Amino acid sequence: MKQVFKFGAVVGTLVALWIGLLLSPDLPQSFSLILPFLPVYALVALGCYGLGMVGYGLMVFPTCPHESILLQKDIDEAKAFLKEKGVDVAYQ
Amino acid sequence: MEKDSSPPRRLYSILIPTYNERLNIALLCYLLFKTLNDLDVDFEVIIVDDASPDGTQDVIKQLQQIYGDHKILLRPRAAKLGLGTAYVHGLQHAAGDYIFIMDADLSHHPKYIPSFIRKQLDTNADIVTGTRYLKGGGVHGWDLRRKLTSRGANVLAHTLLWPHVSDLTGSFRLYRKPVLEELVKSCVSKGYVFQMEMIVRATRKGYYIAEVPISFVDRVYGTSKLGGAEIVQYLKGLFLLFFTT
Repeated sequence: MKQVFKFGAVVGTLVALWIGLLLSPDLPQSFSLILPFLPVYALVALGCYGLGMVGYGLMVFPTCPHESILLQKDIDEAKAFLKEKGVDVAYQ
Repeated sequence: MEKDSSPPRRLYSILIPTYNERLNIALLCYLLFKTLNDLDVDFEVIIVDDASPDGTQDVIKQLQQIYGDHKILLRPRAAKLGLGTAYVHGLQHAAGDYIFIMDADLSHHPKYIPSFIRKQLDTNADIVTGTRYLKGGGVHGWDLRRKLTSRGANVLAHTLLWPHVSDLTGSFRLYRKPVLEELVKSCVSKGYVFQMEMIVRATRKGYYIAEVPISFVDRVYGTSKLGGAEIVQYLKGLFLLFFTT
């Protein structure tokens, strides 16, 4: 099944649930007052989730400064070897 | 003898597309041979150079004299023709049943190759992909803007595509040859999106994908670019995959 249909199925189910609730009688008044605005809440929640994940991702972003030092050592070693073999390793 | 009962040795082909990488390719070859000679595996390096004007091919010919032209295969093309077709071109000349793809710019270090091979042997995976975002992996050399773009792109892709792979745009991977051949034919994107398209299509086809952590050191020599045009291209690619996979 194409991804767009899978995604659509999830969204469709949620919308169906919401319409079902809208049509059902005898809901507590406090609930039926916010019911029409639930999709807006859902969108805002999704946006917050996205921003939160980006923020969290930035906070725990894995870095490896020591790898850069190790690579520099490897580069020096490689350059010495290649120079000895007559390969042109000048960088312009 | 013990040797006779062991399974036939596998040949790994390492496919490296280049464009203006005369220094990096020389350094990379040294590191590749250093790592792989210690490992005692059979391998060949296939370099697909897109007519670099900086003399990359001259350097590769010098490297062939050091390491042997049966070990380093230069398979040039006449013009800059893009990443996907570079893999197709390289694959035609690859003798190995297992294909590594990696970048020439030293952001992928050959020292991780043994862990790819071990992971593949342990899990019998169709694809082993290097990830920067799991424990043990990491990135060096990115500023805040670059990190922010990367995280944003990742969250967007995971929300829309549900790919089961932590690092979609990584391009340090080990493929079974038939798997790579099949995937590369069905992928149409360019640039960053190409690697994402490969791995997303692979998950949709049901291939088993294993991950190993790698560190990624942004290129020391030369420039890597990520501007508005790349971001627009990425978003287009994302929606293409959303509607077609």
